[in-house]
Amino acid sequence: MTPIIVVKNLSKTYSSALTALDNISLEISAGEILALLGPNGAGKTTLISTICGIVNPSSGKIFVDGFDAIKDYRKARQLIGLVPQELVLDSFETVLNTLRFSRGLFGKPKNDNYLRDVLEKLSLWDKRDSPIMTLSGGMKRRVLIAKALSHEPKILFLDEPTAGVDVELRKDMWALVNSLRKSGVTVILTTHYIEEAEAIADRVGVMNKGKILLLSDKKTLLKKMGKKELKIELHDPVLVIPASLDSYKLSLTEQKTALLYSYDTSANRTGITKLLNDISKAGLILKDVSTRQSSLEDIFTNLLEEKK
Amino acid sequence: MNFSGIRAIYIYEMTRFFRTFFQSFISPIVSTSLYFVVFGTAIGSKIGTIDDVSYGAFIVPGLIMLNIMTQSTSFASFGIYLPKFVGTIFEILSAPINSFEIILGYVGAAVTKSLMIGIVVLITAHLFVDLKILHPFFMIVFLVLTCVSFSLFGFIIGVWAKNFDQVQMIPLLVLTPLVFLGGSFYSISMLPPIWQSISMFNPIFYLISGFRWSFFGTADVGIGLSLIAIATFTCCCIGVITWIFKTGYRIKS
Ligand SMILES: Nc1ncnc2c1ncn2[C@@H]1O[C@H](COP(=O)(O)OP(=O)(O)OP(=O)(O)O)[C@@H](O)[C@H]1O
Ligand SMILES: [Mg+2]
Repeated sequence: MTPIIVVKNLSKTYSSALTALDNISLEISAGEILALLGPNGAGKTTLISTICGIVNPSSGKIFVDGFDAIKDYRKARQLIGLVPQELVLDSFETVLNTLRFSRGLFGKPKNDNYLRDVLEKLSLWDKRDSPIMTLSGGMKRRVLIAKALSHEPKILFLDEPTAGVDVELRKDMWALVNSLRKSGVTVILTTHYIEEAEAIADRVGVMNKGKILLLSDKKTLLKKMGKKELKIELHDPVLVIPASLDSYKLSLTEQKTALLYSYDTSANRTGITKLLNDISKAGLILKDVSTRQSSLEDIFTNLLEEKK
Repeated sequence: MNFSGIRAIYIYEMTRFFRTFFQSFISPIVSTSLYFVVFGTAIGSKIGTIDDVSYGAFIVPGLIMLNIMTQSTSFASFGIYLPKFVGTIFEILSAPINSFEIILGYVGAAVTKSLMIGIVVLITAHLFVDLKILHPFFMIVFLVLTCVSFSLFGFIIGVWAKNFDQVQMIPLLVLTPLVFLGGSFYSISMLPPIWQSISMFNPIFYLISGFRWSFFGTADVGIGLSLIAIATFTCCCIGVITWIFKTGYRIKS
């Protein structure tokens, strides 16, 4: 697929001499959904702000659909919609007016029918004439999304769209992202919720200290690093693993009451049947078995710990 | 050119103004009326005429200047300070609009608003004194140039300010004294020589003098000098603003 965003050797050092982005290179394909994960202060917002033109890069290049984000800023920016992390809105303005403002600001001719569509999709049409200060937090977040969509962008940045949002609304947000994907919009979102990345993203990037530690297709990632673990609880504790089971590279839990076997789900043979046979041959009595699949969360924590 | 972007900012700013329509106009009307009661009628009757102009009429150009200078500055400074303060400026920075267009939007709206205030003050004054405008063309030139340059000035203040106090401080602490000492309510020739010389360093003195000339045909300094003064001030503001946008000073990190 053709990349719609290309970031080359991008660095940002704030005036406080703090390096928020450290030589980042990144390509984002048209139509994909990319989730950026990372602890507080990792540089996610800075990366987004730099691509959108809010923060000046210290060095490096950004191309949006082939347009240089600095030299060709008009063409580049027209393609981008941004939903910021903070709920920043003019409280006195009404919902529809603030959308009209955004659309005009981005150089698009008036089109109230389109704005109506956007507001209806976000369940805000009833509130179109309400001043923003009379809306709830979740509604305000949706107003920000509506504003970002008001100029029909091809790329949407969502900076923590579901922070402080209830479960139901979060599901709505995921559905919205999905419907945007169907209409061909590229979505880049940041989140602190691993399950969110797992649920909606095509690709996942993990950032820390201004660097991208990992950027990978979600499925490959889960397959590659997502080992399954079989936990075999024993009737009686054992002190050592019988030598006949050496080839399985088992480990023993701390209480010595269970054996752990990790295997690759994508392999032809998992070896489970044989293992269970061999265990009973070794004279051990099974009490229970359970399996656990490692999630992005495990990958994520492992990754951050490795780098420390 | 992103005309629709300029229009969006302009309309937004004007809507904000009309939301407080009543307050926007009532305060210049009340304060102008008060000036006429106190200065025009009570004190003016003791002063008589200056350069053959009745004192009531004499103070009109100064009053208009006082209003449009302070209002232009505060309209434009709040216009840009508010989105900076609230955070909504992110949208303007991420939009396909350049700094020149942003300024056209904000400063254009501030100029419109302060021109309206200037006209309201003029009409109010007309209710109290007979006014003839000798050089209407120059009167309008001075009026517009003053609104433009002080709106640019206000824009700078709004970008520079780090809190609301700073936004208010400049009009109050710098502008008002300079306008008062710039001969709004008296002719410089009424001052002792030392104060006359000091007044020559007050840029606003030249503006008021030029503006008054357009009304009555008499002035403390030549009209050419006044025009040079306002042109210089405008150019300085444009220079500073160009620098602000080049460096992203206090707008972009
Ligand atoms: N305007 C600024 N001036 C100086 N430093 C800044 C500025 N904005 C961000 N930083 C610093 O840059 C680093 C990265 O911040 P950034 O907001 O990009 O992180 P983030 O990954 O979005 O974090 P979070 O998950 O908390 O939103 C932080 O150390 C932050 O303190
Ligand atoms: Mg952030």
